[in-house]
Amino acid sequence: MSRDARLNTRAGRWVGASVPRKEDRRMLLGRGRFVSDLTRAGMLHAAFARSPFPAAEVTGIDTSAALAMPGVTAAFTAADLGHPYLIAMLERDEFTPTRMPLLAGDQVRFAGEPVAMVLAADPYAAQDAAELVDVDWRPLDAITGIEAAQDSAARQVHDGLDGNRLVDLTMFDDPALPGIFAAAPVVIDAVFRSARVAALPLEGRACMAEWDDRDQQLVLHISTQVPHQVRSGVAQALGIPEHGVRVIAPDVGGGFGLKCVVGREEIAVADAARRLRRPVSWIEDRQENLTASFHGHEQRYRVRAGFDRDGRILGLAAEIDCDVGAYSAFPFTSAVEPLMACTELPGIYKIPAYRARGRAIATNKAPTAPYRGVSRPQLVLVMERLMEKAAAELGIGALDVRRRNMISPGEFPYTGVNGISYDEGSYRESLDLAERQVKETFRNVTPAAESGGLMTGVGYACFSERTAYGTPTMSQRRMAMTPGYDTALVRMDPSGEVIVTTGTCGHGQGHETTFAQIVADRLGVHPGQVRLRQGDTDLASYGWGTWGSRSIVIGGGAADRAAAVVARQLRQVAAHLLEASADDVELAGGSARVRGDAGSALPISELARIVHFQTHRVPEELRYGLEARASFDPPGTFSNACHAAMVTVDPGTGEIRLRRYLVVEDCGVVINPMIVDGQVSGGVAQGVGAALLERVRYGEDGQPASTTLMDYLAPTAAELCPVQITHLETASQFSETGAKGMGEGGMIGAPAAVLNAINDALRPAGISFDHVPVLPAEVCAALAGDAVAAGEPGGPGGMGGASAASAVSGEHRRGAA
Amino acid sequence: MKDIRQIRLRVNGTEHELAVETRRTLADMLRHDLGYTGTHLGCEHGICGACTVLVDSAPVRSCLVFGVQADGCDVRTVEGLADGEELSDLQQAFSDHHGLQCGFCTPGFLMLAEAYLAERQAAGAGEPTEAEIRELAASNLCRCTGYQGIVDAVLATARARLRSGEGRGAGRGARGSRDAAGGP
Repeated sequence: MSRDARLNTRAGRWVGASVPRKEDRRMLLGRGRFVSDLTRAGMLHAAFARSPFPAAEVTGIDTSAALAMPGVTAAFTAADLGHPYLIAMLERDEFTPTRMPLLAGDQVRFAGEPVAMVLAADPYAAQDAAELVDVDWRPLDAITGIEAAQDSAARQVHDGLDGNRLVDLTMFDDPALPGIFAAAPVVIDAVFRSARVAALPLEGRACMAEWDDRDQQLVLHISTQVPHQVRSGVAQALGIPEHGVRVIAPDVGGGFGLKCVVGREEIAVADAARRLRRPVSWIEDRQENLTASFHGHEQRYRVRAGFDRDGRILGLAAEIDCDVGAYSAFPFTSAVEPLMACTELPGIYKIPAYRARGRAIATNKAPTAPYRGVSRPQLVLVMERLMEKAAAELGIGALDVRRRNMISPGEFPYTGVNGISYDEGSYRESLDLAERQVKETFRNVTPAAESGGLMTGVGYACFSERTAYGTPTMSQRRMAMTPGYDTALVRMDPSGEVIVTTGTCGHGQGHETTFAQIVADRLGVHPGQVRLRQGDTDLASYGWGTWGSRSIVIGGGAADRAAAVVARQLRQVAAHLLEASADDVELAGGSARVRGDAGSALPISELARIVHFQTHRVPEELRYGLEARASFDPPGTFSNACHAAMVTVDPGTGEIRLRRYLVVEDCGVVINPMIVDGQVSGGVAQGVGAALLERVRYGEDGQPASTTLMDYLAPTAAELCPVQITHLETASQFSETGAKGMGEGGMIGAPAAVLNAINDALRPAGISFDHVPVLPAEVCAALAGDAVAAGEPGGPGGMGGASAASAVSGEHRRGAA
Repeated sequence: MKDIRQIRLRVNGTEHELAVETRRTLADMLRHDLGYTGTHLGCEHGICGACTVLVDSAPVRSCLVFGVQADGCDVRTVEGLADGEELSDLQQAFSDHHGLQCGFCTPGFLMLAEAYLAERQAAGAGEPTEAEIRELAASNLCRCTGYQGIVDAVLATARARLRSGEGRGAGRGARGSRDAAGGP
């Protein structure tokens, strides 16, 4: 009661209040239930024998030594399983599908690809035995970079793949562009890059499969964001009907997109459980997670943009290359990054003429998945750097250049050159407010830092984030499996408690709490009386899981719709018992009452009891339960934000430190401010990591060099600073609750804001970078005037050097020793 | 040939005697032999800290310690923090300050902070600064929160325990309460 009293409920509504999370208690007590916590009698443990080569033919596999080890029960190769595979399809001529075998057959395409699976009574024995699998390899040349892969002489990662291009499409091509560029007063040509990064959920992939003899069903407990797509993947790969598979996601220890695709190992484990009629567990270790799961965000943008003398953009052309690794991930395909990039590059800016060509390039690296943000961290970086470059060229303030180009109040809904209709946002207001806050709150750190010889800079990023794509939008991608809708079932039980089922699958976002807030408001009950059931394909209608900032809008919207129907049922029952009109009955505080007649209150639990246990007392059309099923399938809705970062750069060591960070964001109606703030802060942390630390490196020979958390640096608390967050609320007309999705915005804005801040700090030295991450060694090299050495060009891990707009002169190197 | 030893240890106040393979990590022994699955494994090479437990009051990466090394030791895991069904002050602060999202790293942060706060209290230290708590929190990795809620929760608990003289959580923590539900 005291906790509820603290809540800042608006007009008695739960939506808008920082309701404490239902999820917390079990996690804090150590009673969460993650896949690796599940045990079964007779359970076997799987381990995979993996390729040490980035590319090789497999000429023979011998598992006899592994099988001879004590405790080993079975070993499988691709041939043993009948060469099952996953295939992700896009119905486009510009797309070439790839078969991703559960276990590689005659060829491996990246170091870490599984070739055999060993099953033993304990995981230590399974790993020992996997090392005894004897494979005859014939190594092949590894294809490791965007340039090298497209060389006409390059070996094909998949047979028949011209230039190793899995996707090559031109989405927009305004014929006026050459003339526009020829006449434009300012034309900027630039190349932007972002490193390959890892989603790095603290819980890696994990599954436990068991055969249920009674139900004749294969039950797969798996750490996933998409239980139904896992079920479809298992059914398709193993050739069994979907009803023969039940997928259950218990507590999931983070996903960030890594777990919105379907992995091969998990299906292989499921197949083993089916074949052996034994429970089988597989818990990915961190090295496997870093080398053999999925990466993302390795992109290069070659961009030309024309501006007029006032800084208004006249035309934009982009060549976008995405290094997607060896296979297309199921079900999204390798097109997810180039399609997103080409479609959404213009972002919040009004572009009169546009051309975009996007490619997905196959290389001998781990495949990629839709990691948080999907191309938008990169395309926002591109646009925000272009605004800065144009401003510098024209001598206009960079924020004013943004204002002159962005979609402004009064212009919504705005249909862009990319065919996208932008619903109302607060692009201008968020920038204005952020600028004001920067002036008020960032200033005080500058003198202290500078007195210590550090260079300081402030950077901005303005952007929008399309969220909650339903099938009206997703169908334009032409995926064979087109996502978008979701369905909720809301049931009130005889005691007046509520069960909601959904096809979304939260894994840290607090859906058990926020869905309960939405439904509680509709039904006039306490959120504590609403229980969300998710992550079970036998419980929920077919749904599309949790990714793409979709769940609270689509899943929550479906729950809201279904709850509205149950609320009408409750009002009708109450109206009958109170001899009133249902239109006059309101539900609030656990009671149904005739509006304006406090004495008429009937407890909702009493209505539930009567409907279930005294059914004969209500008219026939109100009998037999209080429940409803509803779906929601919106076109999508744009949230937006302005980020501002302050960094210091140490010219002696090249160290870049984040000093201040603020976000002015607008995700429409905020369901739970505490949870929204948590999503923003966590996203910013990942974006700062991408800007300053994170990169999955491969050697030129294709060997992974980021195989531990000593090599792959995720940000700790020491690299971050508090994030000051302000909410604007422009309600969405495409959302039942007015909410917009917001799961990715933190990650989308942060790389651009931090990069702009670094460049602002380095401005006196005439140095700027157009890639992330920016590493201390690159800063030092650039300050020493060694622009070539700065970016290790040519190396697969190299991101391109700094550009020196002017000679680095001594007096500009403030504070250099 | 498995090398197996018989060991005894106390976990959250409960005595255990078991036979364990010498190469088995303390984390695997706690989780799979003794049923304390609240301790999580995030990297198995000592970086992420999700597996942090207290061995004789000191925070330890249980993925880097063999189970046999805990022979004769007093071990505390996340299951030992609460008083039965009642969250400790530190646990409650994590919820109040939104210091967790997916919850996978949370047990490690809780144990790290519990040891830190107890050590400060034993040394009679005053209120820690936010920078000190950030430095502490940098021992472990969280991929969801951006750490602010974790830092705020630890800071708030430190302040509250100083205010209440003998912090209730710290006092109980020093004794090590028996696990109410998550034990073997």
